[in-house]
Amino acid sequence: MVAELGQLALLFALAAALHQSVFPMLGAHVGDQRLMAGGRASALAQAAFVALAFALLTVAHATSDFSVRNVVENSHTAKPFIYKLTGVWGNHEGSMVLWALILAGYGAAVALARGGVTPLRARTLAVQGMLAAAFLAFIIFTSNPFARLFPAPAEGQDLNPLLQDPGLIIHPPCLYLGYVGFSIAFAYAAAGLIGGRIDQAWAKEVRPFALLAWSFMTIGIALGAWWAYYELGWGGFWAWDPVENASFMPWLAGTALIHSIRVTEVRGAFRAWTALLALLAFSMSLVGTFLVRSGVLTSVHAFAVDPARGVFILGILALSVGGGLTLFAVRAPAMSSDAKFAAISREGGLFTNNLLLVAACATVFIGTFYPLFAEAVSGEKLSVGAPYFNLAFTPFVFISLLMIGPAAALAWKQGRLARDAHLFIAPALAGLVAAGTAFWLAAPKSTVAALGVALAVFTIGGVVRDLARRVRPLEAGALARFVGLPRSSLAMTCAHVGLAIVVLGVIGAGVWRSETVAYAQPGETVTLGRYDVVLSRVAETQGPNYISQGALFEVRKNDRTLREVLAERRFYPARGMATTEAGVWSTIRGDIYLTVGEPDPARGWVVRAWERPLAGWMWAGGAMMALGGLIGIAPARRRSSLAAHAPASGSTSGPAPAPAE
Amino acid sequence: MRRLIYFAPLGLFLVAAIYFAQGLSRDPGYMPSMLIDRPAPVFDLPPIEGYTEGFSSEDLKGEVSLLNIFGSWCVSCNVEHPVLLAIKAEGIAPIYGLDWKDPPGKGAEWLARKGDPYTKVGDDADGRIAIEFGVTGAPETFVIDAAGRVRHKHIGPISPQVWRDVLRPMVLDLKKDEVGA
Repeated sequence: MVAELGQLALLFALAAALHQSVFPMLGAHVGDQRLMAGGRASALAQAAFVALAFALLTVAHATSDFSVRNVVENSHTAKPFIYKLTGVWGNHEGSMVLWALILAGYGAAVALARGGVTPLRARTLAVQGMLAAAFLAFIIFTSNPFARLFPAPAEGQDLNPLLQDPGLIIHPPCLYLGYVGFSIAFAYAAAGLIGGRIDQAWAKEVRPFALLAWSFMTIGIALGAWWAYYELGWGGFWAWDPVENASFMPWLAGTALIHSIRVTEVRGAFRAWTALLALLAFSMSLVGTFLVRSGVLTSVHAFAVDPARGVFILGILALSVGGGLTLFAVRAPAMSSDAKFAAISREGGLFTNNLLLVAACATVFIGTFYPLFAEAVSGEKLSVGAPYFNLAFTPFVFISLLMIGPAAALAWKQGRLARDAHLFIAPALAGLVAAGTAFWLAAPKSTVAALGVALAVFTIGGVVRDLARRVRPLEAGALARFVGLPRSSLAMTCAHVGLAIVVLGVIGAGVWRSETVAYAQPGETVTLGRYDVVLSRVAETQGPNYISQGALFEVRKNDRTLREVLAERRFYPARGMATTEAGVWSTIRGDIYLTVGEPDPARGWVVRAWERPLAGWMWAGGAMMALGGLIGIAPARRRSSLAAHAPASGSTSGPAPAPAE
Repeated sequence: MRRLIYFAPLGLFLVAAIYFAQGLSRDPGYMPSMLIDRPAPVFDLPPIEGYTEGFSSEDLKGEVSLLNIFGSWCVSCNVEHPVLLAIKAEGIAPIYGLDWKDPPGKGAEWLARKGDPYTKVGDDADGRIAIEFGVTGAPETFVIDAAGRVRHKHIGPISPQVWRDVLRPMVLDLKKDEVGA
């Protein structure tokens, strides 16, 4: 029964989405308030039915209902309960239902927003309804999660063991909250273009959604990298795999969007450009989905590949992206604004930021799809590897870092670089000293890495120096000035420092790593730089649905035991797969990363030991960036009375010594 | 003129979309194997528990054949199995089975229950030989020519369509070469 009810719920949700895609649009066109309000009802109904379908699928998984094919293929009675729940989205069909649920949830948020269903919101709901209808049809016709299997087998095939991991509990939902969150920005952009208004009020309404989506996406990507780091057992965290790029492209476009939308909100400029970025961010999300689900590019075999699905998703992609960009081509020319600004100004800085991010996004896009283009043209099968991406992407990161501090300190409309230059002398010196120290101490010696350190430290210094100028921590009332800072400046400071910290982490863990591989019998020692890693013992234990071989290590330095670390190899009999659970000892200075491989009767166990300096900084920096995004969501406060007394704190738009608004 | 710039994003997207569509028409399971047109790796597999005969790379020589990687634990192999039985019934090429990472006895039990399409079955309990073949998952099928060279690799279950449109014509072609040579 559960499966049939679930299927029925999806059909009702589709009907609601179809209603939602027609009537509010019509209502906004003819100015009928009742039709527009009907969009709210259908958006809420759609959300309720998708939630019901999702709940029923969860019930099927939780109760191991092996008459449902999806459960058979991804579950097992012995699987820990938490993974029975997360197994719902650990497969293609279930993850599409989660996708639809989040899409419907965002739609409901627009429907329930304070202020009622305005024409802009009615059109947004309609566009959102069209997207929802497309995805629900995709689920119902090509990826039915409720398909029955007859006769029902007695036992399931278990979830891919790699996915049975705490990181994977929240990684997909976060990523989807990001991917799908950009659909709201897309829908608002389409609605604004249809209605002929992309203005400050529009930007004010879209910005929280864009920031929310961006923050979740940041968390999702960081979690994905973290998972790859300790679960795949090769000590890497980013491989420029097509699936990774699929999440990175919308993130880059989304990053450009959250910067550009600020200009539209505060200054009314960049209107067409912001609308284009809103369309682009979600388009990149769809391209990413297409990439992962259609099998046009081979990647880690995350999902079953089915050409029929590819054709359907390409259809959705063509209609939504093609439709959005056609709207843009026809309607955007009327959106240009007459807001003037000098080249050296906050706007100018943000414009350059946008160009860099879009160019970076294009670089990743070309690298990702080059194999496809090349094969279509020459029939040659090739792949573009990490060296291309590292080489092509690094300059964008470096130029961005160089600009963040100074650009963020500029005033709107007309900045004065010369006057503010003295602020950056100290950060620049700090960067040079840090680079010199890094070059002198760290191995292997790398000029690029040293340059990266210089720029990251310069960025942190510049951002903190700018903050200090406004808070003046040494004078009375500093705390009040800090509390009174506009949320947007805090958000910006937090995210920019986070970015610089991520860069330092990537340099440390990526460039300065050292590695040892050796055979060891219990009691023997492997040398890793200044550390001695002793394999103390190996023991076999039985997990709920796996057998674990645990190797206990002692990390020693100067004959003192610093830490015991457990690394495991797990074998999952249901799938006949083995996974590596790396033993990681994290400190602020970096990680000691240990894995144990197959035993050899004569020589012992293969022990791989890595030292990854600053690895933890990547996760901490990623968290700071996401936190920055979340801080920025809070509505811009009225300037508090305390802040008003602090002349340098400027307006909500940031540090404007000469208020420009 | 200025207005035309606004059409640029649409134009770029359309170009990309054409390539995407072309990409779809390729066989999505196609992955170049390092082994294509090279001799199959040398191996000598023991029989699975319950069988008396294993098989070695020598068995693959002399006749066009299919090498199928399977396991009793693999769902998609279940799906593929009837197709393999049909291929056996057709009798144009022998199918050799490599039982991948199966617990002792499970493979034979599975074949006894569902029917045995294989001319010979070898036991690759630790997956060593599958690694030599660059197997990424089960099922996978290799087309081997009469000289014992790998000519094609199919990832995933063989559907009736794949057999009819891809593998069968290939096998027949190779058999013709065999006769010609």
